[in-house]
Amino acid sequence: MAKRKQGINLVQRPIRKYAPVFILPTFLAFLIGFVWPFIQGIYLSFCNFNTPKDAEWVGLSNYAKVFKDAGFAHAFWNTAAFAVVSIILINVLAFFIAYALTQKMRGANIFRTVFFMPNLIGGVVLGYIWSMIFDGILKNYGTYLTANGTYGFWGLVILVAWQQIGYMMIIYIAGLQALSEDMLEAARMDGANGRQTLFQVIIPNVMPSITTCTFLTLTNSFKMFDQNMALTGGLPSIMQDGAKINVTELLALNIYSTYNINKNWHGVAQAKAVIFFILVAVLAIAQQAATRRKEVEQ
Amino acid sequence: MKKLIAMLLALVMVLGLAACGGSNTETEAPTTTAAPAETTEAAAEATTETPAASGRVYYLNFKPEFDVALQELAATYTANTGVEVKVVTAASGTYSDTLTAEMAKSEAPTVFNIGNMSGLNDWNDYALDLSDTALAGELTTNDFNLYNEAGELKAMGYCYESVGIIVNTALLEQAGHSLDEITNFETLKAVADDIHARSAELGFDAFSASGLDSSSSWRFSGHLANMPLYYEFRDDGVTEQPAAITGAYLDNFRSIWDLYITDTAADPKTLSTSTSDESKAQFTEGQAVFYQNGTWEYAGLIEAGMSADDLAMIPIYCGVEGEENAGLCSGTENCWAVNSQVSEEDQKATLDFLYWMVTDPEASAVMVEQLGAVPFKAAPASSNVFIVDGAEMQSEGKYTVTWAFNHTPNVDSWRATVVTALTAYSADPTDAKWADVVTAFVDGWAYEYSVVNG
Repeated sequence: MAKRKQGINLVQRPIRKYAPVFILPTFLAFLIGFVWPFIQGIYLSFCNFNTPKDAEWVGLSNYAKVFKDAGFAHAFWNTAAFAVVSIILINVLAFFIAYALTQKMRGANIFRTVFFMPNLIGGVVLGYIWSMIFDGILKNYGTYLTANGTYGFWGLVILVAWQQIGYMMIIYIAGLQALSEDMLEAARMDGANGRQTLFQVIIPNVMPSITTCTFLTLTNSFKMFDQNMALTGGLPSIMQDGAKINVTELLALNIYSTYNINKNWHGVAQAKAVIFFILVAVLAIAQQAATRRKEVEQ
Repeated sequence: MKKLIAMLLALVMVLGLAACGGSNTETEAPTTTAAPAETTEAAAEATTETPAASGRVYYLNFKPEFDVALQELAATYTANTGVEVKVVTAASGTYSDTLTAEMAKSEAPTVFNIGNMSGLNDWNDYALDLSDTALAGELTTNDFNLYNEAGELKAMGYCYESVGIIVNTALLEQAGHSLDEITNFETLKAVADDIHARSAELGFDAFSASGLDSSSSWRFSGHLANMPLYYEFRDDGVTEQPAAITGAYLDNFRSIWDLYITDTAADPKTLSTSTSDESKAQFTEGQAVFYQNGTWEYAGLIEAGMSADDLAMIPIYCGVEGEENAGLCSGTENCWAVNSQVSEEDQKATLDFLYWMVTDPEASAVMVEQLGAVPFKAAPASSNVFIVDGAEMQSEGKYTVTWAFNHTPNVDSWRATVVTALTAYSADPTDAKWADVVTAFVDGWAYEYSVVNG
């Protein structure tokens, strides 16, 4: 026994010691491809620049411009509303589909596959396909998708729900399958009805899945870009109180179009991106903390 | 056995350790001397490279349809002179992103595209003054060049395009009309109204669909909107981007737009999803007599089986006083700018290459074939009947409607607002909805101007 232990140490000690050598290539790639651009991005948000080479320090003026931008504020509230609606809709539907598909029923696997499939299609393609579908339907009523903000907003909600429900469903299925049969049986023996079993036994026990899924839907909703661009592109675009509003524009698309105005706006777009990052990070951490607290020890 | 494995593993580890240690010391030790060693190496490389080819050309191409021909021209030039010419074409719609990324590299583009004044404002610091170059001496007109505030020629229009109403003359005659009848808005409307009224009997209608899908809306938010802009700027003597516009000719814009959406088979409620392919197909399949588009459509129409004899291009008429004398709407978004921040050798190599492109008989023949109207002395005549029509109008002394929309501030954004309002108006053509179009046009301009200059 002692000999064996010694053997393991002999193997493990150098591995531990040289772990950094093995991590190094990936770590370097991470530094070059992520950390450095990220730091540079923060730096550039304080600069006026056309290309990163000719950046010129301007202090906080980019941030001042961001807060004066009515379009950005509109995009923020739009994104917040979109996030709330889609988080609730996606998670509730995904949970119930998962719940239904973990009951003993014929063809459950086929249904799982079918529900998951939309997730395999890219966002831009989905956006264009759904814009055709919506326009095809709305045509019969003499209107069109970008006629007003309501159609565009709910169109995006439907698209994203359709795309993400299948993915979240898989996570919930995994959570539901991990529930022990004993616990459910115990609940039955104690006389819990279906409703009580669901809310007081099942849901508290799949809390880790709920944490994961709400985290994913929250960040996905805030980072939503391709679907937004391909479905409506932010249209309709209207003049309102002397400012221009892209009615269905979400934050990421707003940042993108800000950058493309001209070189005076590159830094502002960068500042928006930094604010956007902080916002998503804070929300995601807060959400994690909130749902983690509700998780129960199995 | 276990002992043996353990020992073997240990041995491997020790060897690995030694190897790592060895390489460590090797790489770590010379860090202080590494930098100078590298620079001398680089310097040595540079000195050996210079005599092989003096200067490089890196052409960042804006026109995807010109890519193949340009690559061939570059290869020919390299074969003739030994100068390396690299051609990269940005994917459609991504030029400014690509340009920004490429300009940040050490091997930056030596020649790139500037589309309009706002592009010049962005890239003025990177554009060489081309005024005194041999290349500028080859130009037949300065109408398509971009000049900065100091009056320096910073970007040279190397081809231009004209827009008008493309006519299927065979159908027009079949309907009992002729091109000579159409000389202004009233006569255009009379002909179009007549064709539309008899469309069931004739089997075709006047105008092809005026789609407002993003693939097609630029024809109207860009080129048709140019009509009110051009006349307003002409009256007010505007030569630079104005901070605000009055919309003095927007009633004319409404007249022509009403004509487009009335005298057509397309349902104006479905224009938001109507594409440019749809519109073009209606024209090539003989379902419409008129189709507003540009000289660049010629090759596509011929390819679709139309005969050159049945095609003509007439000016866009919108009921402005004296428009009987109007020619086509001509302009360009294609201007060469030479990067002033690359080495002088590279600049010279680039200017030589461009000079060769516009003077060499074969190369300029390719330019004309690919780009249509080319404003250089050595350019042979075009086979494109639309360009020929335009040239004829010019020689008759008709005025060219220049591309006033090149002054549009934050152009994509401004157009999006106009398209939104125009789509809503088309679905429900009331005065209230038209007021929104006017707001998008006039207030939108002032707003975008403040954004761009803010």
